Amino acid sequence: MNAAAPDAKPLLELKHVKKWFAYRSGILFKKTGYIRAVDGLSFTVNKGETLGIVGESGSGKSTAGQLILQLQEPTEGEIWFEQRKLTGMSPKQLRAVRSELQLIFQDPYTSLNPRMTVKDIIAEPLSVHRAAEGRQLHRRVAELLHEVGLGEHHLNRYPHEFSGGQRQRIGIARALALRPKLIVCDEAVSALDVSIQAQILNLLKKLQKEYGLTFIFIAHGMGSVKFMSDRIAVMYLGKIVELARRDELFARPKHPYTQALLSAIPVSHPREKKERIVLQGELPSPANPPGGCGFHTRCPIAKDICRREAPVFRQYSDSHGASCHFPLQ
Amino acid sequence: MPEALLEVKELQTSFPTKDGPVPAVNRISFRVGKGETLAIVGESGSGKSVTALSIIGLVDRPGKVTGGEIRMDNRNLLELSGRQMRRIRGSEIAMIFQEPMTSLNPVFTVGSQIAESLRAHQRLTRAEARSQTVDLLRLVGIPDPDKAAHRFPHQLSGGMRQRVMIASALSCQPKLLIADEPTTALDVTVQAQILDLIRQLARRMGMSVILITHDLGVVAEMADRVIVMYAGEIVEEAGAEELFDRPLHPYTIGLMNALPRLHVHQEELYSIQGTVPHLLRLPPGCAFQSRCPAATARCRADKPELAQAADGHKVRCFHPAGKGEIV
Repeated sequence: MNAAAPDAKPLLELKHVKKWFAYRSGILFKKTGYIRAVDGLSFTVNKGETLGIVGESGSGKSTAGQLILQLQEPTEGEIWFEQRKLTGMSPKQLRAVRSELQLIFQDPYTSLNPRMTVKDIIAEPLSVHRAAEGRQLHRRVAELLHEVGLGEHHLNRYPHEFSGGQRQRIGIARALALRPKLIVCDEAVSALDVSIQAQILNLLKKLQKEYGLTFIFIAHGMGSVKFMSDRIAVMYLGKIVELARRDELFARPKHPYTQALLSAIPVSHPREKKERIVLQGELPSPANPPGGCGFHTRCPIAKDICRREAPVFRQYSDSHGASCHFPLQ
Repeated sequence: MPEALLEVKELQTSFPTKDGPVPAVNRISFRVGKGETLAIVGESGSGKSVTALSIIGLVDRPGKVTGGEIRMDNRNLLELSGRQMRRIRGSEIAMIFQEPMTSLNPVFTVGSQIAESLRAHQRLTRAEARSQTVDLLRLVGIPDPDKAAHRFPHQLSGGMRQRVMIASALSCQPKLLIADEPTTALDVTVQAQILDLIRQLARRMGMSVILITHDLGVVAEMADRVIVMYAGEIVEEAGAEELFDRPLHPYTIGLMNALPRLHVHQEELYSIQGTVPHLLRLPPGCAFQSRCPAATARCRADKPELAQAADGHKVRCFHPAGKGEIV
């Protein structure tokens, strides 16, 4: 599934990862079924690249991010990071790896502790991992603030004194503190105003170059995903339905869901007319996914076989794969 | 321009704070034609939502409309009593919000909430209200409307809840629908469905729409005319095609350039530097000067007025179309 040279070992690899949540109902509160939030994810991410993950709410994209960060334990499957198997590691071993995996949250308003100063927020991971102390700690925090475009005069302020964009910068500084190798950005700019989004996206790209970071960029806004990503995975009902190099995906989508998603992006000029594929209905419940191909209930070209058999994920070139019985040309 | 349905003149809405009154909306004037869709664009804090709430008479205390006129059908809405305004809300002006979950009552079925608004404005029996409710749910494209009427808000998805809100807003066939970020919380495919629905219904009912959004894509999809707001004021106003063809205010130009393009490869996005200034600490002169790539000494000394630049195109800037370089 990789465009890179076959001998280059991926930084991250997911093998058939599943996450099913049991749900309970009735007066006895028995397990009555499973929500298949993530249902068999396999992909690799190379060092220094950005993999975008797009999908609607309920597609499992955020759960995928949490699984990678070991914030959730998969029900099945393996996650490998730098030739180390993360799944099944002891908590102590995991703690050591955690400093290399970081997360940037969507909401800069709720992800920062309102009672901590900026200095403490950024210093916390450094102290917890005993990466720096005393004067060195202070210097490192100031450096990080500078990296994300804030100044030393911000050190003793509290989160509420900052705007949304500045808070997101603080969140980024904190994520960078331990010099991670992989950062998962979960809707990192969705809550920000357009003019601020552009600032943050530019900052993320700059930092990626400087630190050789690898990003998993999860979002539902196609514009920002396109700007950030080298490759893009499209998720639907817990599965990847298409994964391709960015330009390839936008120019020649194979899966009808990808095509519909692209066609739903608003036009950029009032005179631009767009052939729009309006999907009927909504995402089915992941607790009770349809049989066969998960997308058949909304697919404009579904046939009998789609209702009976789940399509396998097929590689069309080394940089483009999709799972559809009737891939688009 | 079509005959005006609504005319806003010198509207000013302020919020008292311990540092003095903050003019969230600062003497803005515009009109909405019959059957026209007007988009109000701006970032958080620009005053676009407060403008909408002022029109419908729902500005949260301690905020208050402190000046101006809002004329509709030869009445100044600001002079009406609470009771008269209540009658207008729902029957003549309706509003839908960004997050339908917080605007629906969680302990009543969606059907009973729509029926309630129907009966509040019209003399209907329960049975009539119920059947009209089902018709409305069908109109907004909810599958199986008979059953859906008996559902509670939490049992519906975000897109369905927004459809319910639209059904409820349309229940008394308002002349004006105010939609405040109606699709911001929704997924792309559902957003396309809801925008489509609003467009179709507006056309069919000859309804005017004020669409408040920060998303220029939504504007391009929906608007006949556009107002761009910044720091409580209108900085540009034009027909939608004209605005996208020839944006004049450096802020509008910046917003358009800041959007990631889908068909062009970009290494870096254009970004407007800095953030929206605090309304109490606005500099003398132009409110946008600190972020403007074209600002000069004049912009720091004098405040530009909203002036006609071309037919139907107004801009508040001394250096219209003054662009900065892409960083």
